[in-house]
Amino acid sequence: MTTTVEPQAPHTAAEQFAMRQQSPLQRIQQVLHSHPSISPLLVLILSCIVFTIINPRFAQPNTIGIILQQVSVIAALAIGQTLVILTAGIDLSVGAIAILSTLIMANLAANNGVPGFLALLIGIAAGVVAGAINGALVTRLKLPPFIVTLGTLSIFTAIALLYSGGQQVGRRQMPSILTWAGTPILIGPFRITTGVIIVAILALIMAFILSQSSWGRHVYAVGNDAEASRLVGIRVDRVLFSVYTVAGLLYGITAWVQIGRSGTASPNAIVDANLDSITAVVIGGTSLFGGRGAIIGTILGALIVGVFRIGLSLAGVDDQWRVFATGLLVIVAVSIDQWIRNVKA
Amino acid sequence: MTTPRTSQLSENEKGTVGLGAPPVLADTSETVLSGRGLIKTFGRVVGLDGVDVDLFPGEVLSVIGDNGAGKSTLIKALTGALTPDAGHVYLDGKEVQFRTPQDARGAGIETVYQTLAVAPALDISANMFLGRERRRSGPLGSIFRMLDKKGMKEDAGKSMANLGIATVQNMGQAVETLSGGQRQAVAVARAATFATKFVVLDEPTAALGVKETGQVLNLIQQIKARGLPVILISHNMPNVFEVSDRIHIARLGGCAGVITPKSHTPTEAVAIMTGATTLQKG
Repeated sequence: MTTTVEPQAPHTAAEQFAMRQQSPLQRIQQVLHSHPSISPLLVLILSCIVFTIINPRFAQPNTIGIILQQVSVIAALAIGQTLVILTAGIDLSVGAIAILSTLIMANLAANNGVPGFLALLIGIAAGVVAGAINGALVTRLKLPPFIVTLGTLSIFTAIALLYSGGQQVGRRQMPSILTWAGTPILIGPFRITTGVIIVAILALIMAFILSQSSWGRHVYAVGNDAEASRLVGIRVDRVLFSVYTVAGLLYGITAWVQIGRSGTASPNAIVDANLDSITAVVIGGTSLFGGRGAIIGTILGALIVGVFRIGLSLAGVDDQWRVFATGLLVIVAVSIDQWIRNVKA
Repeated sequence: MTTPRTSQLSENEKGTVGLGAPPVLADTSETVLSGRGLIKTFGRVVGLDGVDVDLFPGEVLSVIGDNGAGKSTLIKALTGALTPDAGHVYLDGKEVQFRTPQDARGAGIETVYQTLAVAPALDISANMFLGRERRRSGPLGSIFRMLDKKGMKEDAGKSMANLGIATVQNMGQAVETLSGGQRQAVAVARAATFATKFVVLDEPTAALGVKETGQVLNLIQQIKARGLPVILISHNMPNVFEVSDRIHIARLGGCAGVITPKSHTPTEAVAIMTGATTLQKG
């Protein structure tokens, strides 16, 4: 047996190369690598400063309250989307599941005389079942998540339309518990709604579970390297199934927030939710390749989109520039993700 | 592969080399692991053709053989990744039947795969404890299910230090920032930490360079020094002859013999492996 003794000094050329001074850019790359939420945070702060300089009304508490309310639904959906994307999947049925849940809650309460609280629970349960169906298709039939959720996007949308007859349910027809999430509350100078609080609590709970529990760790591991996870004894299928099911639960709760926000349950609401939620996740620094990202980033990503919407409209710019800027942000965010994934030791 | 061959290869005109291991099989109460008459077929293809194998306490047993000789099938049959069609597996003298790799793992057998089975974005400590995370004590762990991140980090550091892996200090470092050899060191350290019976290393150096291979061979010696037997599957003759106590030569689904680095040369081992020569029966 040859015992390899580590050479003390002088260092080899390669070792000297390894110990070389790093350029500032490389150091930024390393910092971003270990804290991926820094870049969306910087973008958020910078855009807030710029929009305030353009139009000082932007910094008013009133505006901030409106941004938070506008962002709440997409942010909540994006939390579920983050879970799915962390496992290297994607969920295109987000919006469809949320709409299905809103229509089930609203119709049960308005047309079938089901007590409000029970209607709410059944609506949320429908979201859980829909998520579980996605999870079962991904794990049992071993289909790519993109295909599964592309299919269930159509299926759930069709079910929602068939069930509701394409009719929306108005505020007057619904019991107060279903519209409770729209209750305005004042926190200091900020005028927000109970829905915003619900979403904030959801974000905190999921962030805690992802970073502190072994389930959270397994979600990252599965997205990172499913085969390695299987080899160390993680039940990959079980983790994936649970992720889609929990995502469904989150979409179901979001349905409640959505009814509160719009005051109605409409089959035509949140039609852009699929892409908007993915946009928020990606801008927030979560990698589409799985295994990397965090809830805090997603919330920042959703806020960035909301800030751009209000900021550009206050700046008197055509709304299409907001769409333009969002597209640009997505591409920049994914480029940054690619760049920091190539970090060297 | 369709002609059945067993370890009793017929003496033929190709000539023979020195004595192999004693033909009498060891008493299974003396071995850590024994396989007896293991058979595994895949349709008409014979994977294992009545193989016997023994692993003694504190030894490094290498399994060598050409592609398709049945090395991996043998190891999979011993560690639950495959269920043999017939035959018996004894662990510490007691017959066991592993249906899944988890069963074997539960019995104290850890396997390291050549594919560097680590999650790159997770840190070293997370990878060490992946799949068997520890929770905090008290209500934080039992009610809030919080991980004992600090304790796991400390223990991961101790495990690495015990195995003499000094090049990696920070257990919070993401595994993807490590070199291939260091990543494999994490996987080997994980196996050595949690194994109570023995460690299986399946081509652990196949993806590694020369220096990194040396580090892994060092680790094998460290594990052996701690009293854990090791089964090493490898193609690399110099490596095998450097670390092994005994060498099990797989050939055509059977066993062409068991030799030691002292009784035979690498060239002879290759000759037996390829069938150019056969072992003289004692």
